[in-house]
Amino acid sequence: MAHTNCEHLLADLSDYIDGEAADAVCAEIERHLADCADCRAVVDTLRKTIYLYRNLPQPALPEATRTRLLAAFTFDTAPDT
Amino acid sequence: MFTAARIAHYASLAAIIWRMTIELHAPDVALTAMSGDEGDLIQRLRAGDKSACAECIDRHSAGVYRLALRMVNDPHEAEDIVQETFLNAFKAIDSFEGRAGLGTWLYRIAYNTALMRLRKKQPLYVSIDATSTGNEEEGLTTPLQLFDWCCLPEEDFQTSEARTELERAIAELPETLRAVFVLRELEGLSTDETAQVLNVSVANVKVRLHRARLWLRERLAGYFTELASQATEQTAHT
Ligand SMILES: [Zn+2]
Repeated sequence: MAHTNCEHLLADLSDYIDGEAADAVCAEIERHLADCADCRAVVDTLRKTIYLYRNLPQPALPEATRTRLLAAFTFDTAPDT
Repeated sequence: MFTAARIAHYASLAAIIWRMTIELHAPDVALTAMSGDEGDLIQRLRAGDKSACAECIDRHSAGVYRLALRMVNDPHEAEDIVQETFLNAFKAIDSFEGRAGLGTWLYRIAYNTALMRLRKKQPLYVSIDATSTGNEEEGLTTPLQLFDWCCLPEEDFQTSEARTELERAIAELPETLRAVFVLRELEGLSTDETAQVLNVSVANVKVRLHRARLWLRERLAGYFTELASQATEQTAHT
């Protein structure tokens, strides 16, 4: 992060990676990346970070928890009589 | 004395829960179309239909559990939060007007329930961190890890060690960033829906998500840079 506008571009990197940055902002970032190895490393590894967590297996609801929940709300609750 | 204090405590909790269940009905919340299917489910929940409770639990408990687990990092406590969430939701179902989807509303109740538990456990930490809106719009932390580890062999990213590292990083995300991160990136909610769940602005969701991503990148860089340097050393020795 040696150049003066590295930090200035940092705020727009998520929009850039998500394809949500305005054309002018994209062009500015791409011009900068062509010339700045540090920012290229940040963008590459930020993309990789996103890829990794989006492909992380998510915790499942344990079957026992699901069974207890269903029991609590569908059998154990007394009707208002 | 003890009993009176407990009653006061539960009364204040009830007031908080009541506020958080009705907040989603504020007029400034975008009106989202309720699907006929969901409308039907809500009608049945209001009528006290037990099979509707089961259907609602089947549809939404997995997501509510994942959010709770990511918030408190403890499966038993996550289960308690899921129980409380559905209990409070079924009690307050008459006040649910469908301005947000039922799923969004349940995430909101679960988030607030988890937050109350964290606040009780770590009052200082959570009260300063989770409710503060300061610092949000200030400059981002400059990235310090500048080694490009993205081109390590794919198998290095698929090890259980790498997955554990990533899980640990998510668990250590600062409180204010974690809920946004989980809802947007892991649960797949839109920016608008996430803003509704957390009762913050859309701009705030975007800033927090960007911070969370940068934070995770920085946190993972330590591990993967080390891995890359080990690989380089091995190549040098052969
Ligand atoms: Zn740069």
